[in-house]
Amino acid sequence: MTATHPILEVALELHPQVALRPEPFGALAYHYGNRRLVFLKHADVVAVARRLADYPSLADALRAADVEPSRWPSFATAFESLRGSEVVRER
Amino acid sequence: MSVEALTRPSLVTSLKSGLDAPICLTWELTYACNLQCVHCLSSSGQRDERELTTDEAKRVLDELRAMQVFYINIGGGEPMVRRDFFELIEYAIEPNSGGDGIGVKFSTNGAFIDATNARRLAAMNYLDIQISLDGIDAATNDAVRGAGSYAMARQAMDNLAATNFGPFKISVVATRHNVPQLDDFKALADSYGAQLRLTRLRPSGRGVDTWDDLHPTQAQQREIYNWLMAHGEGVLTGDSFFHLNALGDPLPGLNMCGAGRVVCLIDPIGDVYACPFVIHDEFLAGNVRETGGFGRIWKQSDLFTSLREPQSAGACASCGAFDACQGGCMAAKFFTGLPLDGPDPECVVGNGSTAVPIALKPRPGADHSKPPRRVQ
Repeated sequence: MTATHPILEVALELHPQVALRPEPFGALAYHYGNRRLVFLKHADVVAVARRLADYPSLADALRAADVEPSRWPSFATAFESLRGSEVVRER
Repeated sequence: MSVEALTRPSLVTSLKSGLDAPICLTWELTYACNLQCVHCLSSSGQRDERELTTDEAKRVLDELRAMQVFYINIGGGEPMVRRDFFELIEYAIEPNSGGDGIGVKFSTNGAFIDATNARRLAAMNYLDIQISLDGIDAATNDAVRGAGSYAMARQAMDNLAATNFGPFKISVVATRHNVPQLDDFKALADSYGAQLRLTRLRPSGRGVDTWDDLHPTQAQQREIYNWLMAHGEGVLTGDSFFHLNALGDPLPGLNMCGAGRVVCLIDPIGDVYACPFVIHDEFLAGNVRETGGFGRIWKQSDLFTSLREPQSAGACASCGAFDACQGGCMAAKFFTGLPLDGPDPECVVGNGSTAVPIALKPRPGADHSKPPRRVQ
């Protein structure tokens, strides 16, 4: 799984210029630097994103949040996308 | 607005049922304006004596900050006419209380962006500037925005470029006369390192009287669609052209009317409307001076609550394009006298031209136009 989703082994954090606003569907993220507005469409993604910096890798953060391993690939894809828009970044 | 992977229908469904706070809030600071554009959405010209004071405006900003509104779109009138313009935007961006600021995007005709003000604006973070230009040459632009307005806007762009402000925005309202100039607008923006923003003309404000002469032809609607598809997210649109999606693949952005759901307008006297294009009693949700302020209006007003209910497709229900175009723009329908649950007047399938008006064209509320000059 980690071979196809290398981001799982990466130490990530929420970008310091990003604000998260809770919404019924998950959260809105706004990046004050690049002015991008991004929708986080699942409450579990929001919960993991908020606590990324507490864990040595994304995989550890997923494990700590009790995310079923079968869902890891979709979380890996989601966090790839969030890294692309600089909502999260590597530490 | 750049929006990622909006493929899950459940997201659009939740957006339609409303957010805890607006994504895109427009705040018109004053009805005063040095110009008198023939398509002005807010019929601006003269200041209204009831406009919010500096202190009242700051209380609104405090409330928006508490609601985590990330940024506001400031307009008018000409917002820089207000003496406290810099005080207010500085208060939004860097509150004395600390914490997250509110990003400011403001629209201006550029009259007050001289070298000194350009330097002051360039020194601020979290500030975007949109300079309005509705023609690539003075003849096209000034016919809509008034004599001298082209030179004024270009001077402001030159002044911003000279201070290295960075990528400001050139904001164009698509009209019958400037659609042939889309490539030229893009080239102009590129020459400044600026970003082009193209938005849809609405029959709102003074536009109610100029719509028939200015709105793009059916052939031009397709031209706009093809041009936007070719330029993707490189050109900003405020997601205003979703009625064109009936022509094919969807344009980038939110394919929905955001009025009262993710968008609203605060006007200069504190009245809150469902969107910037519907300044009319029918779409007035309340005033920020009332008990509970803006937050109560956003969360509880009868108008916004009803806009968040599932909307009927009405006469469009049998049209195969409805999922793509969502019936178009509420304001465009309202001010052309068409039923709100039917086709947009610019329906690309052609149903707008055969739709039967249910009312005389409603007159916009709150006309602040300057009185006509008396001829001696």
